[in-house]
Amino acid sequence: MYEHDVLIIGGGLAGLRAGIEVTRHGVDVAVISKVHPVRSHSNAAQGGINAPLTDRGDEWEGHAYDTIKGSDFLADQDAVEIMSSEAGDAVIELERMGVIFSRGEDGRLGTRAFGGQKVARTFFVGAITGSALLHVLYEQSIKLGLGVYEEWFVTKLIMEDGVCRGVVAYDIKSGKLHTIKAKAVIMASGGSGRVFEPSTNALICTGDGLALAYRAGAPLMDMEMIQYHPTTLARTGILLSEAARGEGAYLLNSKGERFMEKYAPDYMELASRDVVSRSEQIEIDEGRGIDGNVHLDLRHLGRDYIEQRLGYLEEVSQEFLGISMAEEPVPVRPGMHYIMGGIKTDYNGATIVPGLYAAGECANVSVHGANRLGANSLLDTVVFGRRSAIHALEYIKSVESASKSEVDLKSEQVRLQSILDRPKGESIAKVREDMAVGMTKGIGVWRDQSSMEGALENLNNVKTRVPNVSVEDKGKVFNTNLLSALELEFMVDNAEAIVHGALMRKESRGAHFRTDMPERDDENWLKHTLVYKDDNSNTGVRTETSPVKITQWEPVKRVY
Amino acid sequence: MIVDLKIKRFDPSDSGGKTWWQEYSVDIHKDSTVLDALIQVREYEDTSLALRCACRASICGSCGMRVNGNAKLVCKTRVVEVAPDGEQIIVEPMGNQHVVKDLVISLDTFFDQIKRIKPYVQPDESPESGEYIASNESMENLLTSMNCIMCGVCVSDCTVLEVDSNFIGPAALAKAWRFVEDPRDSKKESRLSELNNEDGGIWDCTRCMKCVEVCPKGVSPMDRIMELRESAIESGNKNTPGYHHTESFYNSVKKHGRLDETRLAVDSAGITNVTRLLDLAPVGMKAMIKGKLPPILPHKSEDHKNVKKLYNKVEGEEK
Repeated sequence: MYEHDVLIIGGGLAGLRAGIEVTRHGVDVAVISKVHPVRSHSNAAQGGINAPLTDRGDEWEGHAYDTIKGSDFLADQDAVEIMSSEAGDAVIELERMGVIFSRGEDGRLGTRAFGGQKVARTFFVGAITGSALLHVLYEQSIKLGLGVYEEWFVTKLIMEDGVCRGVVAYDIKSGKLHTIKAKAVIMASGGSGRVFEPSTNALICTGDGLALAYRAGAPLMDMEMIQYHPTTLARTGILLSEAARGEGAYLLNSKGERFMEKYAPDYMELASRDVVSRSEQIEIDEGRGIDGNVHLDLRHLGRDYIEQRLGYLEEVSQEFLGISMAEEPVPVRPGMHYIMGGIKTDYNGATIVPGLYAAGECANVSVHGANRLGANSLLDTVVFGRRSAIHALEYIKSVESASKSEVDLKSEQVRLQSILDRPKGESIAKVREDMAVGMTKGIGVWRDQSSMEGALENLNNVKTRVPNVSVEDKGKVFNTNLLSALELEFMVDNAEAIVHGALMRKESRGAHFRTDMPERDDENWLKHTLVYKDDNSNTGVRTETSPVKITQWEPVKRVY
Repeated sequence: MIVDLKIKRFDPSDSGGKTWWQEYSVDIHKDSTVLDALIQVREYEDTSLALRCACRASICGSCGMRVNGNAKLVCKTRVVEVAPDGEQIIVEPMGNQHVVKDLVISLDTFFDQIKRIKPYVQPDESPESGEYIASNESMENLLTSMNCIMCGVCVSDCTVLEVDSNFIGPAALAKAWRFVEDPRDSKKESRLSELNNEDGGIWDCTRCMKCVEVCPKGVSPMDRIMELRESAIESGNKNTPGYHHTESFYNSVKKHGRLDETRLAVDSAGITNVTRLLDLAPVGMKAMIKGKLPPILPHKSEDHKNVKKLYNKVEGEEK
C-alpha cells in the first residue's frame, strides 16, 4: 500500500500544474498517469493560450465577456471572472518557468489573433504551444522532485463513508494492482474524445477520470456540449490549429467563395468554433463542399511566414496529405475535438464528493459553457490546476489519514481477473467503433430528437456487448489488451452521460444544435444539465438541472 | 491495400524472456501510416501485441520504433515510403534501451539521461514584474531544441550509446544546448564546464550524423552538440582530450596541409599525461606489427601552402 497527502490523477498540464503547486507547499504529493507525463494529450494544443495582460492595455473583462459570449451564456460567470483575471499572472509564470513564447519587436511577449475575440491576446510558441508548455512544466516537476507513478492506470476511486480516500491502480509494467491512499485526490485525466469516431483526440483520451468520478457519485455536467473543430484533416481527422485562421487563412467552398461572409460577416473565419463548424457543414450539405470538405487556404500568407509561425501545421499537412500549405489549399472539415462538459466542480476545483477535486478537460468548472473559445483550454488547465491544488491543501488540513483497509484492492483484483477469465468473445475494438460511430452520427454538428434517440439505442446495444468482450492476452507485463477493455467500460459511461445530457436539453445552444429546436431558450434552458449514475433507475442514470451563475452579463443574442 | 509486416516480438513472462519474429498481413487504406497498420494488427489480428501510441500526429513522441532498421516515429511514416513496391515491412523495438515487451522499451534510460543535464531554466533573478525581455530571434533560436518531443529515436540509433552507455546521449545534450542558449539562464558557464568535463559529455560524440538523420522533428542533436563544443571552448574550457584533439587537428592541417596522426594521438592524450600515453603504447605496437603505424614525423602535403592560405583567409574573416 502506498500513501500520499495529495494524489493527482493525470500528468498533463492540469495535473502537473497542480503537482507543482502542492510540491511548492512542501506537502507530500504524487502524480499517477497511464502514460509518461510528456506523452499527455496537452501536447496536441497547438495555437496558444489566451490571457488579457492588463499592463499592455487589455482588460480582463473583455476576455471574460468574449468567453461568456463564446459559451452561448452557459458558462458560470463567477468562474470565468476568476479565469480571466488570473490569466495574466498564469502566462507570466509560465514564461518565467522557461516557456519560449514568441515575442514582439520590443522583446516582450507577442500575440496572435484567435477565434471569437476581437483583441489579439493569444500567446503562443509556433504551432506547438501545448507541447512547449507541457515540456516546461515537466522540467519544473523534475526540478521540484515531483514523484510520478508512470504508466499506472487507476481502476477505481476508494470511497469511505462518502469521502474519496485514494485509488486502486494497476501498474502497467508489472501487471500488479495496488492501493494508493490519499487525503485528497485531484482528477486531471483529460477528455474523452475516443467516445467519438473520428476525433482529433489521442488514442489515450478515453474519459477514464470522468467515469471514475461518475461511478463515485459525482455528477457529469453539460456533457452534450461536444466541440467540433472546424479544421480537421480529411480521412484521418488530425487537427489543424485555429492558429491558421488566426494568422489570416481563408475558408473557401467549391466555388472559391469565402463563405463565412454569409454566416459571420463581422468575425469571418474567426467566429467561434461552433458557428464556423456549422457554417462549413451547411456548405458541404448544400453541395458546395469538395468531397465532403471545404478548403483552408493559406497561400496568400507566403511560405516564409507559414514556416515561421505555423511550422508544425505545414509539417502535418506535408506528412499526412502530401500537400504544402504554401502551394495548395488543404481540405478540412468539422471534427470532434473537445468536451466542454465534465465533472461538475466549483471554481476551486471541488466536486460534490468530499476529497475529490477535478481540473482541466475532465472537469466542468464551468468556464466553457456550450462552446469553448480556442486557446482557453490551456488557460483553464493552469488556472484551475493551481486552484484545485490550493484548495485541496486547505481541505487536507482537517483530514486524518485514511484507513488501512484493502477491501477495494481485493474486489478490483477479482473484477480484473474475471475479465481475463472470460471465454473468447467479441472484439474490443469493434465494440468501441460501433459505439463511437453511433455517437458521431447521433450527437454530431447537428442533432435532433430522433438522432439522439438513435444514439441511445445504439449505446444500449453496445452496453449489452461490453460484458462479452474478451481479453486474449493473459500476460502480466504491458497488457494493453486488458487496459483497452477497462477503457471501453469507461468510455461507455461517458457516452451514457453525453446522450442523456443531450436528450435533456430541449433547445439549441452553442455546440448543442438541434435542427428540431433551432432556437436558444433562455427562459427554460439557461441552466446546466447534470447526469448522475444511478444503478437503481431503469435508465441507469438520474438527471437534474442547476442554474447558471450570472454576475454582470445578461444573455443577449449571439452574433458574430 | 494489403501490407505485410514482420514484427520482432518479446515476451518477458517466459522464463528469461522469449524473442521471436512474427508475420502479419493487414488490409488498410493506401495512405495509411505504419502505425495504422500496427494498430490494425493489435485490434483485429493479435491483441497481445504491445506498443505505445497516443496522438497519431507526431507530437506526443510515444511511437518510436525501428522500421527496416532505422528508428522512426511510426505515426509519421507512411507505408508507401518504406514499402513502395509492397515489400514486407520489418518492425523492431528501438535500440540502446531495454525492451519491456514487444515494441515497448523502458523509458528509464532516456529520462535518466535527460535528468543528468539539470533540464530546467535556472535564472539568476526574476524581473520585478512581467516577463523577461529578450529578442524574438534569441527565443526563436531555441525552438530547434524545443521541437524535441523526447521520443527517444536519436537515442535508439546513437552509435556511441551502442558501445558506451555512459554517454549523456543526443537528446539530453540537445536539451542542454537549449538552456545554454537561453538568455534567461544564469548557469551557462557551469553547464558548459560540466558538459565539457563530464565523462560521457559533449566530447564523446563521434559525429556519425545518425541522430540528425533519424530525428523526426528536425532537432539535429549532433549540430547542437557541436555548438556546445564551440561554446565550451569559447568560455575557456580547454582542459579536455576533446579540445586538445580539435586543436591538434587544426594546427596539424594548417601546418602540413594534412593530418599528423601520431601527433594527434599524443596531443589528445596530453604530452605530459604519462598514464594516458602509456595506454596508447599497446595500440601503437599493434599498429606497427600490422604496418599501419602512421609516420613518426609528418609529411607535408604538396599543396600545404594553399591550405595555409585558406586558413589565413577564414581566420581573417573571423576577425
